[in-house]
Amino acid sequence: MTNVIEIRELRVEYPGRNRSEPPRVAVDGLSLSVRPGEVFGFLGPNGAGKTTTMNVLLGFVNATGGEAFLFGVNVREPIARQRIGYLPELTYYYRFLTAEELLRFYARIFGIPRAETDRRIDALLKLVELESVRRRPIKTYSKGMQQRVGLAQALINNPDLLILDEPTSGLDPLGRMKVREIIQRLKQEGKTVFFSSHELGEVETVCDRVAIISQGRVREEGRVSDLVAKYRCDLERVFLKVIGYEPPSGN
Amino acid sequence: MNRVLAIAGVVIRELYRRKDFYVLFVLTALITLLLGAVNFFNDPKIVRYLKEVCLLLIWISAVVIAVTTTARQIPSEKENRTIFPLLAKPVTRWEVILGKFAGCWLAAGIALLVFYLFFAVISESRGGEGTPAPKAAAATQVAPGPQAHDDHAHEPGCCNHAPASPNPWLVYLQGAWLHWMMLAVVIAMVLFGSLIFAAPSSNATIMFIVIGGILLLGEHLNKVALRQTEPVQTILQILYFAIPHLEWFDLRDFIIYDHPPVAFGPCALATAYAAAYALLLLVAAWLVFRRKGLTT
Repeated sequence: MTNVIEIRELRVEYPGRNRSEPPRVAVDGLSLSVRPGEVFGFLGPNGAGKTTTMNVLLGFVNATGGEAFLFGVNVREPIARQRIGYLPELTYYYRFLTAEELLRFYARIFGIPRAETDRRIDALLKLVELESVRRRPIKTYSKGMQQRVGLAQALINNPDLLILDEPTSGLDPLGRMKVREIIQRLKQEGKTVFFSSHELGEVETVCDRVAIISQGRVREEGRVSDLVAKYRCDLERVFLKVIGYEPPSGN
Repeated sequence: MNRVLAIAGVVIRELYRRKDFYVLFVLTALITLLLGAVNFFNDPKIVRYLKEVCLLLIWISAVVIAVTTTARQIPSEKENRTIFPLLAKPVTRWEVILGKFAGCWLAAGIALLVFYLFFAVISESRGGEGTPAPKAAAATQVAPGPQAHDDHAHEPGCCNHAPASPNPWLVYLQGAWLHWMMLAVVIAMVLFGSLIFAAPSSNATIMFIVIGGILLLGEHLNKVALRQTEPVQTILQILYFAIPHLEWFDLRDFIIYDHPPVAFGPCALATAYAAAYALLLLVAAWLVFRRKGLTT
C-alpha cells in the first residue's frame, strides 16, 4: 500500500540575508514515511525544521534537494493537496467572513456540490460546537473559537490526511481536550493524522508513531511504546535525550 | 474556473465589508449634486466644465479604488497569513492571481457602472446641455496606433468616428466600457507590482506615478523622442511602444462635447489591446509569484 506521506532525503536551504552570509540549512536529508490510518507525531525543538518540512509538504516552500510525496503524488503538484486538510499553528482566516461563509468558500475551492456543502457545514459546525455563532464574523471569535473554525475548514473536504501544526498551542485545557477528542475520532474513522506538537503528554496519548527531529534530521523514529521501552523513561525524557539535552548536574 | 470565481467572490465581499463602496456612493452623490446645480448657471460653457470635472472625478476615483484595492490583495494575504490555508488547498498560484484580478476588476466594474449610470441619467435628464466643441478638439483617443492622433482628427473621412448619431447613451456605454478595459490593465499592473514591491503603500505610490505619467505624457513620448539624439531617441521610442497607452481609452471628450460614438472596429481593437496587456502582466505576476517561497 502507498504511504500517505513519503519524504526522501529532503533538504531545504534558505538563502543568506546578504551575499556574504552562507545559506541556512533548515532541513538536512530528512527521510520519513507515514502509513495510512496512523496518527504520527512530528516532534522537535524550536527551529528543528518541523514547520519547514510541513511547508514543503504543503507546497509553500520548494525543496532544495530530495523529494516528498502525498499519496504517491509529488507535492509540487497542486492535486496532491486534494485529499488533505491543514490546520496552521496560528489561525489566520478572513476575519470579515462568518464561519459559514469561510467554510462555503473553501468547499467551493474543493468543488464540493452545494447540497453536500450545506450538509458538511452543518455537521462540522456541530462537531466544533460553533453552530450558534455560525453567522458571526470570525473577527468577533475568541482564540479557541478561531482554532475550532480552523479545524472545521481543515475537515471540509473530508480529507484522508490531516496535517496539524501545533493544533493545541494557546488553547485552554478544555480546548485541548476537544482537539484531542477530534483527533481520536478521526483516527477511529481511519484517517491519517500528521501533527507537530510540544505537548508531549498529548502526543503520548494520541500518537501511534513519532519522529523526533533536530537540526533538520530525524534523530529517532518509532512507536511511542517502543521508544519509551528503549530509553526506559517517559516520552519527555526520551525527547530530551534524543535532542542531546544535558540537564545541569544535581537535577 | 470555480476556484478563480470563489477567490474573486472573497475579494468583492471584503470590499463590501470594508465599506469602500459606500465611499464611492457618497462620491457619486456629490457628483450628482454638482450636476444638479447646472441650471443655476444656465451657461453651456460652465455646464461643459462641470461635466469635465465630474468625469475627471470619476476617472480619479476609479483609478484610486482600483490601485488601492489591488495593491493590498496579495501583501495582506501574506501579512494576515490567510494565504497558507488557501494554498494548502488544491489551488494553483495562477488561480490565486486570476482570482484576485477578477475580484478587483469586477469590483471596479460595479463601481464604474454606478458612476456612469448616475452621471448619464443626470446629464441626459437635463437635456444633455453640453455643446459641440470645435472639430479638432475631439481627440481620437481610441486609435490603437501611434500615428492616429489629433493632427488628423479634423480631416474628412479620417479616424474612427462612426457617422454622427444622436444616441448619447452609446457614447456613455463606450466610455464606461473602455474605462473598464483600461482598469483591467491598471489592475494587472498593480498586481504585478504587489509581488515586486514589499509594501502595498510603496507599490500604490509607484503605480500612481506610473499611471499618471502614462496618462499625461504617454502620447507625447514619441514626439519628444524625435527631438532627441541617440541613444535617448531609441530608448524613448522603445518606451513609447512598450508602455500600455492608457490614454487611448479616454473617451471623456466624446461625452463632454456630445460626439458621435466610436466605430466598432477601433473599440474592439482597444479592448483586445487591453486584454493583451492585462494577460501579459498577469503572466509576469504569476512567474514572480510561482517562484516565491512562503514561510509560515
